[in-house]
Amino acid sequence: MLNTIRRKYGFYIVIVLFWLLMTLLKSAGALSSHFASLLVPMTYYAIAAVALNLCVGILGELSIGHAGFMCIGAFSGAIFSLLTKEALPGALRFFLAFLVGIALAALFGFLIGIPVLRLKGDYLAIVTLAFGEIIKNILQAVYFGVDSKGVHLALDMTDFTLEPDGLTLIKGPQGVSGTPRDSSFTVGIIVLLLALVLVHHLMDSRDGRAIMAIRDNRIAAEATGIHVTRYKMLAFTLSAAIAGAAGVLFSHNVTTMTNITNYFNYNASIMLLVYVVLGGIGNINGSVVAAMILYLLPEMMRGLQRYRMLIYAIVLILMMLFNWSPALVEKRRKAVAWLKNKLPGRGKGVA
Amino acid sequence: MALLSIDHLSISFGGLAAVYNLSMEIEQGALYGLIGPNGAGKTTVFNLLTGVYKPKEGLIRLDGQDITGLAPAQISAAGIARTFQNIRLFRALSVIDNVKVGLHESFPYSTLAGVLRLPSFRKQEQAIDDRAMEILEIFKLGEQRDLLAANLPYGAQRKLEIARALATKPKLLLLDEPAAGMNPGETQELMDTIRYIRDELGLTVLLIEHDMRLVSGICEQLTVLNFGRMLAQGETKQVLQDPEVIKAYLGE
Repeated sequence: MLNTIRRKYGFYIVIVLFWLLMTLLKSAGALSSHFASLLVPMTYYAIAAVALNLCVGILGELSIGHAGFMCIGAFSGAIFSLLTKEALPGALRFFLAFLVGIALAALFGFLIGIPVLRLKGDYLAIVTLAFGEIIKNILQAVYFGVDSKGVHLALDMTDFTLEPDGLTLIKGPQGVSGTPRDSSFTVGIIVLLLALVLVHHLMDSRDGRAIMAIRDNRIAAEATGIHVTRYKMLAFTLSAAIAGAAGVLFSHNVTTMTNITNYFNYNASIMLLVYVVLGGIGNINGSVVAAMILYLLPEMMRGLQRYRMLIYAIVLILMMLFNWSPALVEKRRKAVAWLKNKLPGRGKGVA
Repeated sequence: MALLSIDHLSISFGGLAAVYNLSMEIEQGALYGLIGPNGAGKTTVFNLLTGVYKPKEGLIRLDGQDITGLAPAQISAAGIARTFQNIRLFRALSVIDNVKVGLHESFPYSTLAGVLRLPSFRKQEQAIDDRAMEILEIFKLGEQRDLLAANLPYGAQRKLEIARALATKPKLLLLDEPAAGMNPGETQELMDTIRYIRDELGLTVLLIEHDMRLVSGICEQLTVLNFGRMLAQGETKQVLQDPEVIKAYLGE
């Protein structure tokens, strides 16, 4: 009984405890303001890593465009909040902003999935990379606003004029500003938990089995009666939707999104991929841990200035070796066996 | 009327006629063998029957329904299941989950029910689990239910493929070299299992096999392929004594 609880809910409990610890430390004033400001980003990168792992680890398709889906969630959520800033109370507005961001990211995931999921392997990766870049570049170039005459959209500042009562939503390279700061560590943790429950429940159902069957052997899955396209689309769309939720958290945390290239370019997608690979491809909980640690690491090393990316790179290589090198895996296995022998109480009966 | 009827089936790859003008009929409840030297086109016939390839010419009917050119998943729904010459299991899934994938279409609760753990999910998952265990027990794989499929011994992997195929509730089961790589003891056990599937579960079986002991032991009828063409067809005993067949297998 206790084992079942630990196996099923153990990781959720760890996350709740982590939330409790951080919240207590923060209210006691024990966290530096810099560290406290890292808590929300930690949650949204963890959520984005969960989303990407659904695509890479469970569906088995390499996407290098997930920052693009995060970008769509960020912008659509922020625009919704700007439009309803006065009209709706904060909590309801933020909830609806999530729905809007998730829905739009899912819609784009679905539309992009139609051509992309016909491709395989490297080709699929390259095309998702291209879509991510296209989304980011369009959103960085576009001017978008509303006034009493309706919606205005332009690609050039000179073409973009609003009536005096107008509201500029996206101001070209200056992006979106004035988004209410609705994101908090608590909301981030709640969304992370929801994303985890969603993905775990999906994996442990007939749809999840179908998706993983396609990953393991597409031809056998088809011959077993699985509709391959339908399940690939389902997984890819869900993955985009979860990334969209991470985007909503992002835009309601930074409040001003200028120079979005830094946040949503292919480097960001690669970074998410690094989280997924180091956390373990297909290991959803591992993605969360890897994302949190690897996001904190370079931030905590800011004092080391220009050496920090060097150290970061070395840490990545070491983690990679630790996780995957056959020689090291063997050594780890032996070490565990040796430990079990040393502690006879643990070695017997429990396993 | 025959359960499966293949009518003048042809396919070619870049000018090479892999299967040419093949016709055969398999009666309900038959144990039918498809044999021939390497490269004769046996697996190509399976791939045509299961929709992996679309035939250039010809007609395939299952139980009166035209299934020519349908997609693999549709053909699975129509009632053909298969195993593969080079084993194709879902290697990273557990043994029982491999069978549960085969039960996918029989228990169609919605995605939402699965994610929200609605009552229909719980009820149907319980039924899926019970049914998957029943099928595993036929192959004496119940003990290994939680092992990863990739970690099963070779012979057990072949059996698990058949179990997964059975889970889709087929009318016709296609077995592609089921005894390949098995020792005589395992082959004997496999023959018993195939007979059980036909006699007790009422399936029709079409199998490709090189092991002549298995072929002459359980197949009632044979079609012999050579270079994509039908060389001989009929009762197993007569076909195996046909001088043309002996020539194709042993050379002159």
